Amino acid sequence: MRILLRLAWLEAKLLLREPITVVFTLGLPVVMELVMGGVFGNRADPAYYRGVGAMDYYMGAYVGLVVAALGLITLPTHIATYRERGVLRRFDASTISRSTVIGAQTIVMIGLAAIGAVLVVAVGVVAYHPATPASWPLVFAGFVIAAVAFAMLGSLLGLVVPTARAAQGVGIMLWFVMLILGGAGPPPEALPDAMNLVGSLTPLKHAVILIQDGWLGFGWNGKEALIVGGFFLVSLALTAVVVRRRTAR
Amino acid sequence: MPMTPNDVVLAVEDLRKTYGATRAVDGVSFEVRRGEIFGILGPNGAGKTTTVECLQGLRRPDAGEIRILGLDPARDLAVVKRRIGSQLQESALPDRIKVWEALDLFSASVDGAAPWESLIDDWGLRAKRNAQFGSLSGGQKQRLLVALALVNRPEVVFLDEMTTGMDPVARRVAWSLIERIRDDGATVVLVTHFMDEAERLCDRAAIIQAGKVVAIGTPDELRSTHGDTVTVTFNGDEKDRALAAKVQGVESATIDETAAVVSPSAGAASTEGGIEARGRGPIGVRIAASLAKAGREPADYAVTRPTLEDVYLAITGDVDADEDTDRHAAKGATP
Repeated sequence: MRILLRLAWLEAKLLLREPITVVFTLGLPVVMELVMGGVFGNRADPAYYRGVGAMDYYMGAYVGLVVAALGLITLPTHIATYRERGVLRRFDASTISRSTVIGAQTIVMIGLAAIGAVLVVAVGVVAYHPATPASWPLVFAGFVIAAVAFAMLGSLLGLVVPTARAAQGVGIMLWFVMLILGGAGPPPEALPDAMNLVGSLTPLKHAVILIQDGWLGFGWNGKEALIVGGFFLVSLALTAVVVRRRTAR
Repeated sequence: MPMTPNDVVLAVEDLRKTYGATRAVDGVSFEVRRGEIFGILGPNGAGKTTTVECLQGLRRPDAGEIRILGLDPARDLAVVKRRIGSQLQESALPDRIKVWEALDLFSASVDGAAPWESLIDDWGLRAKRNAQFGSLSGGQKQRLLVALALVNRPEVVFLDEMTTGMDPVARRVAWSLIERIRDDGATVVLVTHFMDEAERLCDRAAIIQAGKVVAIGTPDELRSTHGDTVTVTFNGDEKDRALAAKVQGVESATIDETAAVVSPSAGAASTEGGIEARGRGPIGVRIAASLAKAGREPADYAVTRPTLEDVYLAITGDVDADEDTDRHAAKGATP
């Protein structure tokens, strides 16, 4: 545990020595936010955005989007880079286990997601004056569940994609698909049924609703929490299988 | 020195590991004794690294038994890792990590770690203490990776091609440091394909080819069992050649008159030439003795013993043809 936190702190320092990727990943959701905000403002239309103001809706959605960007792009690319360059191998031969290394990166990713979430919300509040969260604890709980689930998914991706380059490509692709279909892009009400169906197969859609419900005062959404938790458990199980298979080689 | 079971720190019995159709390790057995530098030599793709990775617990062997410090790495991995040190081939650290941060992190992960500031000095990294891993030269990276392998005061240290990428001076510095690791009480398993390195450092060595141990012993034993013959050369005439040919152990003695050096003292009657005698055993001394007895003292008398490289080449022969396929098979299986 001590070494996990120490490594996480070190990983955070390493990240700050190469800030471009972080700035890019945290900046993308803000850019999306400003585009969508510029288009829709914070008008409420009963037919769209679950009946609330566009930016009220997007606040929770963008928190989910930040989490997804870090989980789908940053984390897998980082883990795959370590794997490709032999860093994980070096740790395998030491008393610091591979799971500690991945755990430390996960902690850093969740920390960055928190920073990114604050950033995207702060920009939104200043620019569009959306509603503040109806329940801070529910929003926080939703964020934590989403962040942990995406961190696990990202770890899995990082371990199975062949190269760091592939990790980046796959991550960006998944992120854009989830962005468009998962409720953080066009309003779901405007999408054809087929697209919404595909969207509901992605974890982002459920993470977004989970966070939004706390934010907009719809209460705790146990069903969505379970679904996001399910994505976590499936990723965890698959990661365990992958790690086992690799150590048996 | 009498051998007790305690003297064996590492025992490998019939180790086997297959990747697909490639038998990377095909029945390897050897023992390493406490306090020695044991070399594992062999061409690329011979199975050296796979063998060592099984010993380190990085790979699970298909069959065979490994006892390292009395433990099975497959079962007691955490304890084994605590007591061994590993410098791996094709491994790295994050580019942005600083030299001191890496040492600090690795030593924080074990109780009773070596003071890493002195490792920085030992391995010549003082000037690079605050440099990032990505900015180090190949040799500096290797030295840092070796220093990291030593932070836990290991009893057995594995060094896999550690001097690759070092310049000649750095290599010699590394050699004396390897001897120092041994002098400080650790056992060293040295994987290398530099024969000068093995000759200089190894107390004993195993030559591995195509997944099998093809020779094992001290460098002298390897030389006498598998070595090419000893060669004695000097300038002399036919009488000298005949003298050399009669010496016990000499298998051939030839004279090459085209390579003759005409000496004014020899006179017209005798024709001198380059004599070359080949044989086994201490023929250098014996030929010299019989020449001296006959009053002959050639100034250019020279004895060439086979180097470990000659032994190695004699044993492994020319395997360029399969080398590449083996290496690809091994690469594909790298985790």
